[in-house]
Amino acid sequence: MHNPFLGKDVISILDFDRKALEILFEYTDRARRYLNTKLRVLEGKVVALAFFEPSTRTRLSFEVAAKRLGADVIGFTGEEAISVAKGENLADTIRMLNSYANLIVLRHRFEGAAKFAAEIADVPVVNAGDGKQHHPTQAMIDLYTVRTLFETIDGLTYAVVGDLRYGRAATSFIYGLTLFKPRKIYLISPPLLRARPEVLETLRMKGIPFEERSGIEDVISEIDVLYVTRIQKERFPDPMEYEKVKGSYRITVDLLRNAKPELKILHPLPRVDEIDFRVDETKHAAYFIQASYGVPVRMALLTLILGGEL
Amino acid sequence: MSSEHAEHTLKVTKIRSGTVIDHIPAGRALEVLNVLGLTGREGLRIAVIMNVESRKLGRKDIVKIEGKKLKPEEVNMIALVAPTATINIIDDFNVVQKFRAEVPDIVEGVVRCPNPTCITNKSREPIKTRFVVIKRSPLVLQCCYCGTLIQGDEVAKLVIKHHS
Repeated sequence: MHNPFLGKDVISILDFDRKALEILFEYTDRARRYLNTKLRVLEGKVVALAFFEPSTRTRLSFEVAAKRLGADVIGFTGEEAISVAKGENLADTIRMLNSYANLIVLRHRFEGAAKFAAEIADVPVVNAGDGKQHHPTQAMIDLYTVRTLFETIDGLTYAVVGDLRYGRAATSFIYGLTLFKPRKIYLISPPLLRARPEVLETLRMKGIPFEERSGIEDVISEIDVLYVTRIQKERFPDPMEYEKVKGSYRITVDLLRNAKPELKILHPLPRVDEIDFRVDETKHAAYFIQASYGVPVRMALLTLILGGEL
Repeated sequence: MSSEHAEHTLKVTKIRSGTVIDHIPAGRALEVLNVLGLTGREGLRIAVIMNVESRKLGRKDIVKIEGKKLKPEEVNMIALVAPTATINIIDDFNVVQKFRAEVPDIVEGVVRCPNPTCITNKSREPIKTRFVVIKRSPLVLQCCYCGTLIQGDEVAKLVIKHHS
């Protein structure tokens, strides 16, 4: 089998095509058999987790994935504990990690940080979130979840709801869908938080049918996959504006009355109050299943990049 | 005073050897010098002629640089601020080469990214900006690091001052 991930950086989901993702998904299916096993697939390898920004899920799932595969893990979270607090730049930190590890997982608040790191490092760099731009491994998990729930990613109607301007998970999910053939994507957000011009340009260039809207109610009956993200209060210059819009993007049992029975709700988590807790008990809620795929997808990815077998 | 007369009084003598950049959109000559990294302190004899009549453009700017023959990669960057510019290389008072500026596929280290949280705007990192040309007319560039799109007149405003 040709391994399109071997030795590769993972900066954006757009660095790959659907064929590559299908290989990743097959590996993920296999990885799910080993969730309670300590493997020796990556024995002798060191994975560095460089999290310049806080993270719970992404960091821990990378750590568990690497450890399940038998790799050693080094790393840090936050800038205070490391030499960055003394004024070290990103380039020097990456050079150091490059000499210690076989792979670097990086999260940073600047857009393009992972790409820059990949230019400096000889070892592969995996982007675990760069500012508002990309979160490719989250998109891999999201697409895998859809594939598992619907047995296809093509031909479905999607709605991506929330902060489409600053939300990297939403952006990467939209980019990821452009590698497939969605029937239509609704981009639903307050006008202030619309998807960025380059995202819309990508959708146009790839010929994906999409529509920008401000409300969910009118389209809820058409949707197969509802991808919900958090709207952060701090994005609004005026707190009153936030108070006005926040309720309109809340997913409730009431709203779902008009939904298709097979509609599934995804959320990259953490959620605050954008999905009512009562929705958790409905058959629409798929976000905890989605979260559970974080480890096997990352196991599959690390295995493929580092040339292991599952 | 007729416009013909006005133009006449502004005529600058021919240069012996160097570069004449003609058909610069009116008012853009200083930006052309900036893209070329010329501040005037290099000691080169430079004539900057602005807002003169042009049959093609209505009004145009001209820059004449004595003693410096521009290299193709320098010339191409001019297209970022002056897409209509024509470049004449002069030797012994004769035009020995004439060509148009064309934006290269990749623009490196010349244009600043307007996104404040782009890694290229992080201080103390050994990084140069890099843009890929998405469209040529009108000009649209995309930052290779953060994906930000910039277009048309915005590009000229983002040219890094005295990058040379």
